[in-house]
Amino acid sequence: MSAATSHAAATSHGAVEPAESPLTPESWGKLGMWIFLAGDAVGFGTLLAAYGGMRATSGDWPSPYEVLGINLTAAMTFLLICSSVTMVKALEWLGKGDRGKAKMFLFFTALGGAIFVGCQAFEWTHLIERGLHINGNPWGASLFGTSFFIVTGFHGLHVTAGVIYLLANIAVVSRRPDPAASYNMVEITGLYWHFVDLVWIMVFTFMYLL
Amino acid sequence: MAGDHQHPNYMAIFYWLAILTVGEIGVVFLPHYIPMSKLTVGAFLCAFAIVKAAMVAMYFMHLKFETKTLGLIAVTPLAIATLLVFVILPDAFHVTHKTANLKPAPEGAAKH
Repeated sequence: MSAATSHAAATSHGAVEPAESPLTPESWGKLGMWIFLAGDAVGFGTLLAAYGGMRATSGDWPSPYEVLGINLTAAMTFLLICSSVTMVKALEWLGKGDRGKAKMFLFFTALGGAIFVGCQAFEWTHLIERGLHINGNPWGASLFGTSFFIVTGFHGLHVTAGVIYLLANIAVVSRRPDPAASYNMVEITGLYWHFVDLVWIMVFTFMYLL
Repeated sequence: MAGDHQHPNYMAIFYWLAILTVGEIGVVFLPHYIPMSKLTVGAFLCAFAIVKAAMVAMYFMHLKFETKTLGLIAVTPLAIATLLVFVILPDAFHVTHKTANLKPAPEGAAKH
């Protein structure tokens, strides 16, 4: 077997990497995910900063928690927090070598994300029926509708991508007989999923409660 | 290195996050019962959100156990977003001020 082939075989199993990453000695992938998340956080930060700027300078911005209602979104927030716990539990069980329990908790995490997206679709439908559109708002400033749909939609897309990512993880964990070979991958997926939870904490506070 | 550390008590973090979420919702409805300014409510909500986000990043994302440089990478977007608010606001208030000072159109003027 040539050197290139053996290297490709080793890296494909996630066990050996060519050189140690300086910030995340476990893997380069983890550093890559952190850098991606930092970039993504700038995107969300920009959206929320623009929301704050528009709101501060608007004379007829509606009170979000009175218009949007927070009962459903509070439940959605709780659901995402629960899914973060199931995510860390999946990693914990994988570390202990129990693939079955790790897959079960990964599935619960994906299920929590899917229910979250379903609740968001329900909320959007309800608000659209009441007259809130991306270019119109019956309760005041039309930019309220624009910012609401863009920010929650951008986050919803992240959750949807996360659910697909988690399901792909379950498939990979099922294929690899050695739980240790999947640990790094699941840890990186966990970083993404917790970031989605973290962003929702900010979105819930700034767009629904304040 | 995150892989070498003892796992934190995840359930304790979960309980704290749940309690803080209930606290946030309580703060929103508190002005109905106790006189509180919007600024106070806003300050409380921001504090709750920052504590919750920090708990997720530190314990669930294991940032507490990572190198300081990685922590700096994670905190940079927060600093950029905060700076952006200060960049946007003067411009936005300038536009509002100009719009507010516009003289009303004279009666009978053509409307396009």
